[in-house]
Amino acid sequence: MTGYLQQLLVGIGVTIEVATISLLIAFVLGLIGAAAKLSSNRWFVLAGSAYTTLIRAVPDLVLMLLMYYNAQYLLNAITDWLQQPQIDIDPFLAGISVLGFIYGAYFTETIRGAVKAVPRGQLEAAAAFGLTRWQAFSRILFPQMMRFALPGISNNWQVILKATALVSIINLHEVIYAAQAAIKGSSWPGGAQMFFYLSIAALLYLVLTTLSNFMFGYLEKRYAAGFERMAR
Amino acid sequence: MTIDLIKQYWQSYLWGSPNHISGLAMTLWLTVTSCVMGFALALPLSVARAAGPSWIRWPIWLFTFVFRGTPLYIQLLIIYSAIYGLDFVRNTPGVGSFFKDALNCTILAFTINTCAYITELLTGAVKATPRGEVEAARSLGLSGISLYLRIVLPSALRRALPAYSNEVILTLHATTLASTVTVSDILKVARDAYAEYYLPLPAFGIAAILYACLSLTFISLFRKAEQKWLRHLPTT
Repeated sequence: MTGYLQQLLVGIGVTIEVATISLLIAFVLGLIGAAAKLSSNRWFVLAGSAYTTLIRAVPDLVLMLLMYYNAQYLLNAITDWLQQPQIDIDPFLAGISVLGFIYGAYFTETIRGAVKAVPRGQLEAAAAFGLTRWQAFSRILFPQMMRFALPGISNNWQVILKATALVSIINLHEVIYAAQAAIKGSSWPGGAQMFFYLSIAALLYLVLTTLSNFMFGYLEKRYAAGFERMAR
Repeated sequence: MTIDLIKQYWQSYLWGSPNHISGLAMTLWLTVTSCVMGFALALPLSVARAAGPSWIRWPIWLFTFVFRGTPLYIQLLIIYSAIYGLDFVRNTPGVGSFFKDALNCTILAFTINTCAYITELLTGAVKATPRGEVEAARSLGLSGISLYLRIVLPSALRRALPAYSNEVILTLHATTLASTVTVSDILKVARDAYAEYYLPLPAFGIAAILYACLSLTFISLFRKAEQKWLRHLPTT
């Protein structure tokens, strides 16, 4: 039993890894998407809107299977054509790229809203002081934008964390996969083994979501430095 | 090949047959039943959590905390596989046959899950009731149940409408998990079609289009509802 519990802990480690890397990918895609949607180029705006509307209208599990199986299908077609042996897509790579791509659409909306919440005068002042575009972004816009974006980011993070549970469906060895392996290998009186291992997996998730709540509470306080707290 | 797939599966994607409902019809049934039942349960829970005594408030808090803090997929697996795996559940007549049925288990899991989220957002809306409204109601002699039924809830429910519409879309998307426990919703039909023809693009593409149409329909319906019931609020 301790062996299985160890595997569950390894699984939750994979879950954290997948969630964190997906979050980073999604955040970068969100910055790019927000830049596209806020730009003055009509085609960029159109592409950004298509990305956010389509991705957010389709369930993540459907997108995950659509992208995973199609990527494998295309890869097989290419290896067949080159007369090479079949290459299986790495589930870890598939998991992070699919989750990152999907939640990039949600981040685009979060970041777009946050950027629009920063007063225009801030950027005008930056330009008046002779800051370059990069300096204005990294020193003026980004730090202030983060204050407005954090509640949305925290929300997206919790959703990504819970969405990692789905990647066991494409064979990634994360915590649910480990729990199912443990269930297959053990038999408890009263048939309680499934209940036990799945509850442990649920508990591990609960610990993660609770810890991240505290972490984001701290970050929100930090980025709100210099602002009055809202009256409660 | 793609034409064959569509010819063979279009009816399953949409409604299946009278004695085996599948696809779009099943997805709609899952979404509507869990949203309606989840809402009906969340209404009393949110009032109790916002205004009840503390011994009733903290169990409700614990319920929403656990069900919002864990993935729905695990909740579904626990309700569908783990509970039925227990010998005493399987051997209890009535209970055993309930948990044996995948459709019962998915609707139960989705209802409890969405109920936890709706309870939380309705609690927020009830707590955000302006003091003045309650004071005015009390000064007119309203109290207890009638205060809630006539003043607090109508205004709280309107305020919660945008968040509720969001939750309905999330529930629609969450119903795809039903396909993992053999319930024949849109995604299950897509997975069957894929397994038979090995054509991922049409199999999952059709599913994606159907889900997108459903989401956009729900969103436009809720937008109409918001225009009707939130007309009194200042537009931002």
